[in-house]
Amino acid sequence: MLSYILRRFLLAIVTVWAITVLAFVIIQLPPGDFVTIYINALQSSGSPISYGQAEAMRAQYGLDQPMYIQYLKWMGMMLQGDFGMALAWNKPVKEIIGDRLTLTMVVSIAAILLTWTVALPIGIYSAVRQYSLGDYVFTFIGFIGIAVPNFMLALILMYVGYKYFNMSIGGLFSPQYAEAPWSLAKVLDLLQHLILPALILGLAGTAQLIRIMRANLLDELRKPYVVTARAKGLSETRVILKYPVRAALNPFASTIGYYFPYVVSGSIVVSLVLSLPTVGPLLLTALVAQDMFLAGTIVLMLGVMTVIGTFVSDLILMWIDPRIRMEG
Amino acid sequence: MEHGPEPILSVRNLKTYFFQDEGIVHAVDGATFDLYRGQTLGIVGESGCGKSVTARSVLRIVERPGRIVEGEIILRREQPNGQTDEIDLTKLNPDGALMRAIRGKDIGLIFQEPMTSFSAHYTIGNQITEAIRLHLKLSKAEARARAIEMLRLVGIPKPERRVDEYSFQLSGGLRQRAMIAMALACDPGILIADEPTTALDVTTQAQILALLERLQRERGMAIMLITHNLGVVAEMCDAVVVMYLGRVVEKGPVRQIFHNARHPYTQALLRSIPSIEAAPRVKLPTITGSIPHPYKRPKGCPFHPRCAHVMPGLCDVQTPALQPVAEHQEASCFLYHPSQ
Ligand SMILES: Nc1ncnc2c1ncn2[C@@H]1O[C@H](COP(=O)(O)OP(=O)(O)OP(=O)(O)O)[C@@H](O)[C@H]1O
Ligand code: SF4
Ligand SMILES: [Mg+2]
Repeated sequence: MLSYILRRFLLAIVTVWAITVLAFVIIQLPPGDFVTIYINALQSSGSPISYGQAEAMRAQYGLDQPMYIQYLKWMGMMLQGDFGMALAWNKPVKEIIGDRLTLTMVVSIAAILLTWTVALPIGIYSAVRQYSLGDYVFTFIGFIGIAVPNFMLALILMYVGYKYFNMSIGGLFSPQYAEAPWSLAKVLDLLQHLILPALILGLAGTAQLIRIMRANLLDELRKPYVVTARAKGLSETRVILKYPVRAALNPFASTIGYYFPYVVSGSIVVSLVLSLPTVGPLLLTALVAQDMFLAGTIVLMLGVMTVIGTFVSDLILMWIDPRIRMEG
Repeated sequence: MEHGPEPILSVRNLKTYFFQDEGIVHAVDGATFDLYRGQTLGIVGESGCGKSVTARSVLRIVERPGRIVEGEIILRREQPNGQTDEIDLTKLNPDGALMRAIRGKDIGLIFQEPMTSFSAHYTIGNQITEAIRLHLKLSKAEARARAIEMLRLVGIPKPERRVDEYSFQLSGGLRQRAMIAMALACDPGILIADEPTTALDVTTQAQILALLERLQRERGMAIMLITHNLGVVAEMCDAVVVMYLGRVVEKGPVRQIFHNARHPYTQALLRSIPSIEAAPRVKLPTITGSIPHPYKRPKGCPFHPRCAHVMPGLCDVQTPALQPVAEHQEASCFLYHPSQ
């Protein structure tokens, strides 16, 4: 068991390292070093920097030294919490990403939680009542959920909300809270605004997870241990919830890690449509503007969060599946 | 046969069908037999003849789209006051309180797959204790002690440690022993064993059968032993029920069935087992033809397309019923009752 955790942990470390290399490559991708780009950007925005300043920056990032030194320097900066400058904003990347990263987490986790609370019961129902009217209805809705692009759903809901309920849907805060410091009222405001994006972002995933849960559970329901449990005299509800559902949950736990980046990348267009202050749109802007420190940092952050998510799902898997716990 | 006058379980004209889009499967099609207290009743027949569905019908755990469409399953339970009550299980709601109280308490089940008949997500102790606490008013600690006691009883070494292990940590033989411990934990009057040794190697098979025999001696339960293996029947059973296509074609005391089988199907079945007395290098006569497709049950005697004694005009038109052919022995064949 300990060795299982250790193995997983080492794997996570190695993966994080690979992601830093990837992020570094992304930063290096545009032609010319970024100080030149930075200088150009500043010049075109009308606030050029002096030759001395530019040289100081080159030295700071080690641009005159070999690649691996540059990489190490960059890593060193990162470890100290310095993620470089965001060109378009002329502000440290950290300042720009900070809140957005948190909000991205909040929105994604809300979407995932919603997905689970909706998908699990429906998946169970669909499997236990296979080929019933309800099963067909949910299957139909599910396929629509998969087929309709979520940004379209976002547009439709915005339109409906505006036209019939005179609500403006979009953003994560009401105007009066957008720039306000954190307070209980702001949190409540956030929670209110959270439901719709979570619903929209979670829809496709919900439809998918219903299918997965249904298929898994149908598989499990055929297994002999279910007959054993019935033969003991347990009620049908208890039989199903304690045994096959528990077994069918395994694949769910193992997808937590992958589900997270899926939600984030899937959220870019929706976030643009709904003007959500998450990192998705920021990543898009950064890539278009070749703002490589910003883009690299976002990729790195998302990568690290995915690795953490995967590690957590490994731990959950171990917790719910004794075979892994015993063999580890 | 040393059994009481009244059977503990009487199955009467049981019909369990599966209603599928492609057609109706007559899995059990009018089965009738009795099981007596303390008796071991063998149920034999080729694959697909409805043995397992009969067992599941008795426990009322036939899964959809299967359903009991006709017949009675009478369970006679001994009450604490010495009286017996009679319950027709087919009349009960399968998920109702009474049926659930009977399942596991009055009738225990073990079956073939020792690999997957326990859930891998809970310790065997958890799964056995669950059955105990469901039917007997015991505290957690008492139930656990009983579970350990049962594991000891079925010959599992170090039961106080094994109780906290998972089924995948046990060998096939130990797992089947643990299954037996669970099935017997609430002291049922009837144990249904559906091919309990088929998946085990020969040595383990013999051990499990010996264990069942010993437990039956000690506890006096009736065993309904479903098997393909006629050798097992000869060794274990007091009486035999031979099934073919969902019907009972012959039944009687084990000695009579083995030495004086009347039904052509039983005779063919017996010829198909290699016997030590049979001369070597003699080609085994096996049953000609194959089992009909479940949707296409033959008209008349279900065995007539494969029967060597078929009487055209009778066997393929009318269906023979079970009739006495000797003391305690019945068969459904026109050879013995031409004028039904
Ligand atoms: N869930 C089901 N759905 C449809 N048909 C079924 C189902 N379960 C069993 N049957 C059919 O019922 C018939 C009897 O099956 P059963 O499992 O009782 O046979 P069996 O005598 O136990 O055979 P075996 O020796 O192979 O275990 C078979 O034709 C089988 O195809
Ligand atoms: S009734 Fe006819 S077909 Fe059926 S077993 Fe007897 S002789 Fe054969
Ligand atoms: Mg069977």
